[in-house]
Amino acid sequence: MAHRQEHAIELQGVTKRFRKPSQAFSWLRRDDDKRPPMVVAVHRATFCVGHGEIFGVLGPNGSGKSTLVRLIATLLIPDQGCILVHGYDVVRQPRQVQRLINRVSVEASFFKKLSPLENLLFGARLYGMDGRRTRRRIYEILARLGIEARAIRQPMQDMSRGMQQKVAIARALLSEPAILLLDEPTTGLDPRSKREVQALIRELRREAGTTVLLTTHDMMEADVLCDRIAIMDRGRIVALDTPAGLRATIRSSGGKQPTLEDVFLELTGKPLVEESERAA
Amino acid sequence: MWSSATHQLRASYAFMERNANLVKRYWTWELVWLAYSIANSLAVSYIGLGMEKLGGQGVDGRYLVLYLVVGTLVWRYLSLIFYWITDLISLERWEGTIEYTLMAPVHRLTHMAGQTLFAVLYSMLFTALILAVTVALFQIDLSGANLWGGALVLLVGSLSFIGVGIVGSVLPLLFPERGAQMTHVIIAMLLLVSGVYYPVEVLPTALQRLALFSPATYVLQGVREALLRGAPIADLWNSIWPATLIGLISIPLGLQVFSLAERYAKHAGKLHRNG
Repeated sequence: MAHRQEHAIELQGVTKRFRKPSQAFSWLRRDDDKRPPMVVAVHRATFCVGHGEIFGVLGPNGSGKSTLVRLIATLLIPDQGCILVHGYDVVRQPRQVQRLINRVSVEASFFKKLSPLENLLFGARLYGMDGRRTRRRIYEILARLGIEARAIRQPMQDMSRGMQQKVAIARALLSEPAILLLDEPTTGLDPRSKREVQALIRELRREAGTTVLLTTHDMMEADVLCDRIAIMDRGRIVALDTPAGLRATIRSSGGKQPTLEDVFLELTGKPLVEESERAA
Repeated sequence: MWSSATHQLRASYAFMERNANLVKRYWTWELVWLAYSIANSLAVSYIGLGMEKLGGQGVDGRYLVLYLVVGTLVWRYLSLIFYWITDLISLERWEGTIEYTLMAPVHRLTHMAGQTLFAVLYSMLFTALILAVTVALFQIDLSGANLWGGALVLLVGSLSFIGVGIVGSVLPLLFPERGAQMTHVIIAMLLLVSGVYYPVEVLPTALQRLALFSPATYVLQGVREALLRGAPIADLWNSIWPATLIGLISIPLGLQVFSLAERYAKHAGKLHRNG
């Protein structure tokens, strides 16, 4: 049973470093320090997410957003600091945390030869759900996400990337998590699918009171969905406020209302999405 | 407490159902694999008749065939269990689902139990099909064999291979790029020292010492005693207890090693998708 705490998610000074892969035969080198250098993925992240809040983490590729999600999802162990989910420590009480959360990542990861039904049944049973109820729910959720009934029994490999991502969202919703970790869930989706997913996120919060932590580099998405946004750059949280609050931190130029992109540029000195990425 | 037990049972069943679905979806591959395994077992077994032809009157070809049939079938069964268990991680790493499975509220014991039970059932069925073809082709007479005794030794031996498989499954967890291939080293070493196709006594002393630590040595010895000599269960005890002991040590040891490896992988960030 989840115990109710003041915050759904609480991070205190969380740091995560990774060692860069060592080069072949590096042990033959005569350097004093043969160990490969460390990369700081998340640096002293401190913030709280309230119950039922949609909390955005905005940052470019490589800023540490996915590492942050993995830390909360018990898939990584922090080097320093503490993460509490409904008051449970992710390192000392991972099982309690896992019961409360689910996650959608940018890659829709499935057994590609299996059908959505088979994949979702597998996922749901891991959360202790019984087969009959789960089957009914799978059809309901997939229909809600616009997936045709006949596609439910076809191999996932025959589905488009957008459809696969919708099934990934359905997998996360099936376990009815108190906290949903969405790691760039709409990347690669067409505008219509994007809007459907965004509507679903709002509906989840409205009807189930689900807390959502959403990472994205889509500023419009962050702006329209999130109650508060943390801006991340090179592992550090450089700003945290409501979208309006963030925009208010910089002066409007020529009577034009500043966008979140302007805020990001002002805070980090670089655009959120590089031109090369935009072209891609 | 009860709901938690139900949850773990359902989770355990999830792995069995998923694997059964994978076998069903990859049925053409399963057929190819079965054909390959049958051909392989027959090729090894024909060596018995070949030796009789080459060696002359003093060589009992029928005995040699049965000796090799037992070797090849027991080895197929045990290695199938091993590979299904080591696939626990490598399969999910390949598909990219490993993070979803490892972030689910499932005890590792539950996870292993589902995968292991499926491994045993699949290996039994697969080996039985090869056995049926082999027996028909070589017209093997098993009327004097202690079939139940052989089956008992095989089941006990499964336990020990489950433990070895769990230890082996750590390699794909620690080495994302080449861990799955590394597991072949374990199985090759066991094949070398366990007397699958020859008596352990023909090996150099150092390898004979290693054979003492291989569960396959005892399983092969016990199954051969039961099938070739028709030894009663009481006479099989010398094979049963060492295999049981290895199982009792290797399963908890494997779980402990897996738990440490999982923690290390979460520290070092090695759960990411590969392939």
